[in-house]
Amino acid sequence: MSGGLTFRYTIDGDDFTRAGEASSSVKNKLKMLGLSADVTRRVAIAMYEGEINMVIHADGGVITVAVSDSEITMVLADTGPGIPDVEKAMREGYSTAREEVRSLGFGAGMGLPNMKRYTDEMQIDTVVGKGTTITMKVRL
Amino acid sequence: MTIREMQKVLDAKFLYGEELEDLDVEFVFSADMMSDVLAYGSKCSVLITGLCNPQVVRTAEMLDIVCIIFVRGKMPDENMLALAMGKGIAVLATDHYMFTTCGMLYEHGLRGGA
Repeated sequence: MSGGLTFRYTIDGDDFTRAGEASSSVKNKLKMLGLSADVTRRVAIAMYEGEINMVIHADGGVITVAVSDSEITMVLADTGPGIPDVEKAMREGYSTAREEVRSLGFGAGMGLPNMKRYTDEMQIDTVVGKGTTITMKVRL
Repeated sequence: MTIREMQKVLDAKFLYGEELEDLDVEFVFSADMMSDVLAYGSKCSVLITGLCNPQVVRTAEMLDIVCIIFVRGKMPDENMLALAMGKGIAVLATDHYMFTTCGMLYEHGLRGGA
């Protein structure tokens, strides 16, 4: 295991078909680092949900993934509209996604709950009108 | 049940991954909402869906799913197949509806992951 690796991705906000490329790249890198299938899957799912959210709600953003000997930290930062009611947004089934997004298979109100479900720690810092930063950790 | 056996039971077209035909699968998840697949499908190695866009393949990839079965005659385009190829995910397509597809596979011993 190598400690102190950091990967950084800029997520394009207007191309839904490419959403997930960054998560796919991280998944491959973690596999190559020899991390367990369980950890790799949890990181990939949590990051993928976040990446999709960025494209759907925030016109893209930046994702940084840091791998240390003890944990993987994902920081997803956007300058989108922010989340007015975080408690509501964390509720399974609650979604503000457009109908068009639902027809693509997302916007079922599972994104944030899934991110919490698959990680050991999750923190949401959000300011309406300025943006959202979500920090997630998966312990090794 | 192997992927080849599923293909025969469902009278499905093998669109990609015939070299994976001997892979043995046990747990299946079916949904059109990928958010639900990500929430509840993490134990499953087969995804049955009527949704047809590249995010279906991405979702399968994140969950280590080895085979996607498109139902209701849905046909993935070349880009989706290329993506599946790159990830080593077998792709089947059947004309059966989702309920029928699930029922047929259940009858042959496959189960949901819950």
